[in-house]
Amino acid sequence: MVAKRIIPCLDVKDGRTVKGINFVSLRDVGDAVELGRRYSDEGADELVYLDISATFEGRRTFCSLVEKIALAINIPFTVGGGISSVDDAARLLDAGADKISVNTAAIKNPQLISDIASKYGSQFVVIAIDARQVDGRWMATTHGGKYPTDKELFSWAREAQERGAGELLFTSMDHDGTKAGYPIETYRRLNELLSIPVIASGGAGSIRDIADVLADGCADAALAASIFHLGEIRIPDLKRELKKLNIPVRI
Amino acid sequence: MIAIVDYGVGNIRSVVNALNRAGVVEPVLTADRELLRKADKVVLPGVGDASCAMAALRDCGLAEFIPSLRQPVLGICVGLQLMCRRSEEGDVKCMGIFDTDVVRFQPADGLKIPHMGWNSICDLKTGLFKGLKEDSYVYYVHSFYPQLCGDTIATTTHGVAFSGALAKGNFYGTQFHPEKSGEVGAVIIKNFLGL
Repeated sequence: MVAKRIIPCLDVKDGRTVKGINFVSLRDVGDAVELGRRYSDEGADELVYLDISATFEGRRTFCSLVEKIALAINIPFTVGGGISSVDDAARLLDAGADKISVNTAAIKNPQLISDIASKYGSQFVVIAIDARQVDGRWMATTHGGKYPTDKELFSWAREAQERGAGELLFTSMDHDGTKAGYPIETYRRLNELLSIPVIASGGAGSIRDIADVLADGCADAALAASIFHLGEIRIPDLKRELKKLNIPVRI
Repeated sequence: MIAIVDYGVGNIRSVVNALNRAGVVEPVLTADRELLRKADKVVLPGVGDASCAMAALRDCGLAEFIPSLRQPVLGICVGLQLMCRRSEEGDVKCMGIFDTDVVRFQPADGLKIPHMGWNSICDLKTGLFKGLKEDSYVYYVHSFYPQLCGDTIATTTHGVAFSGALAKGNFYGTQFHPEKSGEVGAVIIKNFLGL
């Protein structure tokens, strides 16, 4: 049986990881390679690196960082942030990324999903959707929740799958950062609607929350950032608890 | 000398990186028969569509040649599929080293396709898995699978039980990606290099 995946997400700016990171034993908490290796050693199943640099120089630094990550890490990793063309995706593939995630650029130009998937395969393309509820409907947003769009979550997710996305990373902007848990019912509906794996992101405050979205929400993976970085939940503890609850995990 | 068959299919950087991590400083990327013949070990990678990959292998004149190799050869993912009899993907005849066919996962209730992520391998045979426990986890990404047969040396179940790895004589193949399978994958690569 395929194991449910646990995925730490690292934000990278100008080649270095940012956000409060609380690993006392790390010499350099900004070192994206060392931090990734640390998570890998702790049992992370995959890593996501998000480039939040806003400059051309920062993006170039990110690409050379991806090369270093690919050399050092022996588990799959996804990179995202600012990918808006097939060329952007190609550069990251060449640097050694296993998957890329697209978000805002795909909303502006859905053909981007088709173009990248037909050239490099569906397994390479993750569609990331940040959505919030507006009058009872889940609506996609862009730029990390900043701007509303007219794309409804379920139909957009379906379209992305049909265009060749190989995975969906769905974040509820209503739950992100609240630590109050995930919108379980929404994940369950996404799982019923789609044949591609669904990754849950945003909202976890406890091991129980993650267990709920993997079991009741039927999500294939759970992604989180600060709860791992701040040491609030340690991956070995999380996986042990999930296993006790009969959720299949790789230990 | 460790050679990686370079037949223009997909990205072989992750295989190069994994060999680097295993201490192989400069694996040789080549489609040259003389070099491949002389190599101590040969790795046949592959991603994407099996029929395209098979066509690329034929274009390089290697489809008849690879089965004649005598040193240990490791096919990875589509590389392994090309070593089977045929693949349903593009209905293509392959090299026929392993006594099995490659078929598509059938959609079933709750079964995700592609089969993507970590899954366990059991009934482990041969030195390729030396030092590894039954039900070790490895990383898979694929929609087509090699059926079970007499050459099966590892079994994984995703809806159906299939060949996670195959071996016959000097030929080995893994449907999973040892280069992305963490420490378990690193052991498998080390074992292959030690064959």
